[in-house]
Amino acid sequence: MANERYGMVVDTRTCVGCNACVIGCMTENDVPAGHTRDWVFSETTGMFPNLQMTVRSERCNHCEDAPCVSVCPTGASHIGPGETVQVNPKRCSGCKVCIAACPYDARYIDPNSGAVDKCTFCMHRIENGVPTTSCQDICPTGSIVFGDLNDPNSEISRLLASREHYTLSPDAGTRPKHFFLK
Amino acid sequence: MQEITNNRTNPLIDPTLHVWHYEVPAYLFLGGVVAGVMILTGLCALWRPNEQKSRGFSLIPWASPILLSVGMFFLWLDLEDPWNAWRFYMVLKPTSPMSWGSWILLAIYPASILLALTGTPREMREKWIARLPLRKQIEGLASWADNRIPLLAVLNVTFGALLGIYTGVLLGTMAARPLWNSAILGPLFLVSGLSTGAAFMLLYKLAESERQVLSRVDMGLIVVELLVIGIWMIELASGGAASREALALFFGGPYTAAFWTLVIALGLVTPFVGELIEIRHKVVPGRVLAVLVLVGGFALRWIVVYAGQHAGWVSDIALR
Repeated sequence: MANERYGMVVDTRTCVGCNACVIGCMTENDVPAGHTRDWVFSETTGMFPNLQMTVRSERCNHCEDAPCVSVCPTGASHIGPGETVQVNPKRCSGCKVCIAACPYDARYIDPNSGAVDKCTFCMHRIENGVPTTSCQDICPTGSIVFGDLNDPNSEISRLLASREHYTLSPDAGTRPKHFFLK
Repeated sequence: MQEITNNRTNPLIDPTLHVWHYEVPAYLFLGGVVAGVMILTGLCALWRPNEQKSRGFSLIPWASPILLSVGMFFLWLDLEDPWNAWRFYMVLKPTSPMSWGSWILLAIYPASILLALTGTPREMREKWIARLPLRKQIEGLASWADNRIPLLAVLNVTFGALLGIYTGVLLGTMAARPLWNSAILGPLFLVSGLSTGAAFMLLYKLAESERQVLSRVDMGLIVVELLVIGIWMIELASGGAASREALALFFGGPYTAAFWTLVIALGLVTPFVGELIEIRHKVVPGRVLAVLVLVGGFALRWIVVYAGQHAGWVSDIALR
């Protein structure tokens, strides 16, 4: 994994908010009960009967300029393989400054270890040759696509090149690598 | 109409962020008092080295290492994995104010303890040292410090200022929390630390002249603090939607009553007016107003920490 730059897109047109990604992630990553690494956000606007609804599956944005990494006093939060944001639980003292620094509220404390945890882009799968994350695998509408942003032929790069997309709170200045297709 | 549902259920985050509880404001308050005591006693040792000081005044510097230890104990309680606290001292990360803060805390101990030793009345110091192990070495250290009071005073002022500022910068660097995301938070915590430090010193048994000087210093600091709070509010009011929404927490929002009564009225305006009356009527400043300043300083940290967690980016705005 030399030049990879991993990212994710979620197609908000096809996402139906079924929560399969949430359950898939919990099972794959043994997420403690009452905690979530990904979640479904839905927003309804307008006045009946003229309503518009946006549904999207959200998680850690694996920001290029990640505030959680820069504020971490022990180096537990770091930029890992494929420029993803990872946590080394052995180094984490649970000071929670990264949780406060994250504009996306993507991090939580693992009650068993006391260390901070969050979406890893299923790096344990990717590093072992499985090309997909568990949320992507389980998504019944194929709305979630994980891949290498540096490879112009990857599905994620082609989607971003051909479809209008946005990131969450771009004004926070974190340059997320998690995109949403309009 | 806008209706939002989000099935994320992370404790400490939902419905609003609440990762930090009483431990952090308690540390920030005690850290501020220590910063104030270090700066004020350091300046006194630097500018008035030969002035006769009361016994109470000469013992004040001992409060710095003691209060700091209490504050650090609170910080330690806040950690989710407290036995991993030593990890702070395995790295020095320039981008993390918490990292350089943890190193500043270590540097404060030798600087404040040595200055405290030099100020302690001789017969008292000899009695204390006589009871300790390694008597000769400590005596040697104390006489080494006696010859370097200006250096120690400068170190106390420097590390006191760094301590006072870093606690504000720590919160101020977080772009994710609009109420905190201001460079003025460092100076605000510093001046509040100085003011609470002066108030803390007034709790000691001091000479009349010392009380008068400290009370006047405190008055000046209260004015500066009110100005800095004003600048902070102007900054938030003239910022983007997230900043204005954060400021609204103090103007009609859930922290309005607490902020204006505890911090502004009780903690700043009342002591200022009281100190003014004391000066006018030539009354020796007592301890009641000092306690009010301390209550106000604690309330400021408490409210800033809690309200700051209440204000975010994703909550109501930036949803496109």
